[in-house]
Amino acid sequence: MKRLFLILMLLATPAMAVQPDEVLGDPALETRARDISKLLRCPVCQGETIDESNAAISRDLRLYVRERLVAGDSDDQVVDAVTDRFGEFVLFEPRATGGNLILYLAGPLMALIALLLGWRFLLSRRVSPEAEAAPPLSEAERARLDEIMRE
Amino acid sequence: MIAELGHFALILAFAVSLFQASVPLIGAAKGWPAWMDAARPAAIAQFGLVGIAFAALTVAFVTSDFSVVLVYENSHSAKPMLYKFSGVWGNHEGSMLLWVMILSLFGAAAASFGEHLPPSLRARVLGVQASIGAAFYAFIIFTSNPFMRFDIAPFDGRDLNPLLQDPGLAFHPPFLYLGYVGLSMAFSFAVAALLEGRVDAAWARWVRPWTLAAWMFLTVGIALGSWWAYYELGWGGFWFWDPVENASFMPWLLAAALLHSAIVVEKREVLKSWTILLAIMAFGFSLIGTFIVRSGVITSVHSFASDPQRGVFILAILASFVGGALTLFAARAGTMQAKGVFAPISREGALVLNNILLAVAAFVVFIGTVWPLIAEMFFDRKLSVGAPFFEKAFTPFMIVLALVLPVGAIIPWKRGNIRRALMPLRGAAALALAVMVLVFAISTGHSGLAVIGAGLGSWLVFGALAELKFRTGSAGFSRLRRLPRADWGKACAHAGLGVTFIGISLLMAWQVEDIRTLPVGGTFEIAGYEVTLAEVHEEPGPNYTSTKATMRVAKGGREIAVLHPEKRVYPVQAMPTTEAAIQSGLFRDIYLVIGDEQQGGGWAVRSYIKPFAIWIWFGCGLMALGGLISLSDRRYRVAAGARRKQPLGVPAE
Repeated sequence: MKRLFLILMLLATPAMAVQPDEVLGDPALETRARDISKLLRCPVCQGETIDESNAAISRDLRLYVRERLVAGDSDDQVVDAVTDRFGEFVLFEPRATGGNLILYLAGPLMALIALLLGWRFLLSRRVSPEAEAAPPLSEAERARLDEIMRE
Repeated sequence: MIAELGHFALILAFAVSLFQASVPLIGAAKGWPAWMDAARPAAIAQFGLVGIAFAALTVAFVTSDFSVVLVYENSHSAKPMLYKFSGVWGNHEGSMLLWVMILSLFGAAAASFGEHLPPSLRARVLGVQASIGAAFYAFIIFTSNPFMRFDIAPFDGRDLNPLLQDPGLAFHPPFLYLGYVGLSMAFSFAVAALLEGRVDAAWARWVRPWTLAAWMFLTVGIALGSWWAYYELGWGGFWFWDPVENASFMPWLLAAALLHSAIVVEKREVLKSWTILLAIMAFGFSLIGTFIVRSGVITSVHSFASDPQRGVFILAILASFVGGALTLFAARAGTMQAKGVFAPISREGALVLNNILLAVAAFVVFIGTVWPLIAEMFFDRKLSVGAPFFEKAFTPFMIVLALVLPVGAIIPWKRGNIRRALMPLRGAAALALAVMVLVFAISTGHSGLAVIGAGLGSWLVFGALAELKFRTGSAGFSRLRRLPRADWGKACAHAGLGVTFIGISLLMAWQVEDIRTLPVGGTFEIAGYEVTLAEVHEEPGPNYTSTKATMRVAKGGREIAVLHPEKRVYPVQAMPTTEAAIQSGLFRDIYLVIGDEQQGGGWAVRSYIKPFAIWIWFGCGLMALGGLISLSDRRYRVAAGARRKQPLGVPAE
């Protein structure tokens, strides 16, 4: 906390997040700008989006995003343009490429494994372990059983 | 002098914990009753000594003794008394002291209430608990001593971070720590059971109340933290998937899983080794949380001034305790024979599914939290994992959980039938569908989130009510009052989860926001409310200056609220904070924030209408209340109170 604010004090005039002068006239474009801002991480803060951040660079980024949108870029193009400059660090939702596939597949894979193991466990509980472990009949017992069955 | 007294008491507590971590364990191994019994007075003495140390630090803060380094760094003479007091744990050293104090409190509680426990189990539980304590005393004394002094005392302190100068600080960390540390009891019981080599229904009955209490405190602690963020940070966010939030969320998920699996052990004597493993993991994740906050390996808004040396120390504690417990588990788990037999479609089966969903959800949160670290180490990629990822990866588990929960809660033990279990839930399903239709009609068709979230949430609420009705059968109200408290607690907690789901989804889907420049006297309209900025003035506070606005909110020409959002500047830390003004209502919060004076005249004003916001915390409250009601169930009190005298066998003659 403390460090964050030391950083903020150095960089930012005390202003909060999105300022009235940044807001675009076109509500549809503004909504898109806000949605994009919520995906991008402020490069100098600790884990804030540029939408929430008070840092000067976040304000610059918010203005840049709006500039690009007004110029007619698609959402993806805008995100790509910011990522090209600052690296994938600014993406709060990392790209599902290369090693990151592990991140995306880990959850579903784990769920699958857990469900399989859980199902196997449930099936194994259907019969009592004692019944399973009962020793086979001895010769004498079998002979006696045959006798009974014949009667 | 008083600080030295505290320091000395802390060192004594360390010594006592070393004694308590060794003698009773040896006694239990050798079967020496006197050695085993030594654990109880030791646990109580240890708590008393840490209590003295904590009191000494509190005195230093309250009297603004700036010769103590910690007080100088985190306090100021002009700070209001409440924050001088809560400031004791608003820093790394003091919060660690609070941590060990709560740890020893749980040990002392187990020593006092644990008279019905078998002596060897009790000795082992307290011994393991003390060994955790010893590790953390060493951590505090050698890396984070709160009692360091200056040669020459400074004139005044550097003040507490203004964001922390809030009543939230008085309650959020203590509850969170009660939860984190409460899980150490489950851990100690698990390790003690492994040492004993025995896990049975009685063991599960002893573990459950501790886990329940820890889970309850964790619920309250997390909810308070989220509410604090909601009103303090100035835009009304309530959950950010920040690493430190995740660090408290993972133990919460695992504790919830542990609560449910311990029921299966208690009733059916199956899932024993899994329950032990969960108990170890739940506390392990508490330690991981501590590690994340204190070491700064993962950047987070919550980081204390972090220090790699401390990180290494906590990592060593984490590795030795979790590693040791898991090794023991590997060696002993095979001896735990499951007893019960049941069909897959049964309460047991439902609880297994509950555990799978909660544990895998916790795993997803874990992977997302540590992924930036892994990616940097192994793939040389600097990246971030934030809310958009977690929302996508985590939500599906909660959806499935909410779908099956009411059915699983009602299905009978041993062998059930889904169709028959659904019969008493028909009404609940119909009502949930009606809610979905209603929400769909209101939300002008653009939000699937609102429809699904509100539908699932009301399915949980109505499902819980339907279950209560089902349990009373045809006997009606008189039977309802005689239902076991555990049934009430269960219904209350499950309904609370539903209420929270409704709050989160409707808030996220329906929130309305407005940002504008407004001249004094100006009025604007947001979601049917007319907001007027009546005036703005400067006002001195105890240790800050405030820019305070008066804003009137009217609906249909009738004034419904006068709100005073503030912007404060704390001169000592030269830092501004926003104090949002909120008018809470059952169906919406009006949330107003005043910003800077604009160059062309007027003020920056941000306003939000946040529908169903308080439902989020109201639901958390219901969940915690459900835990409390369950905790008061007769069975636990009977188990705690009854010293069942073993009838002494007389040899047959």
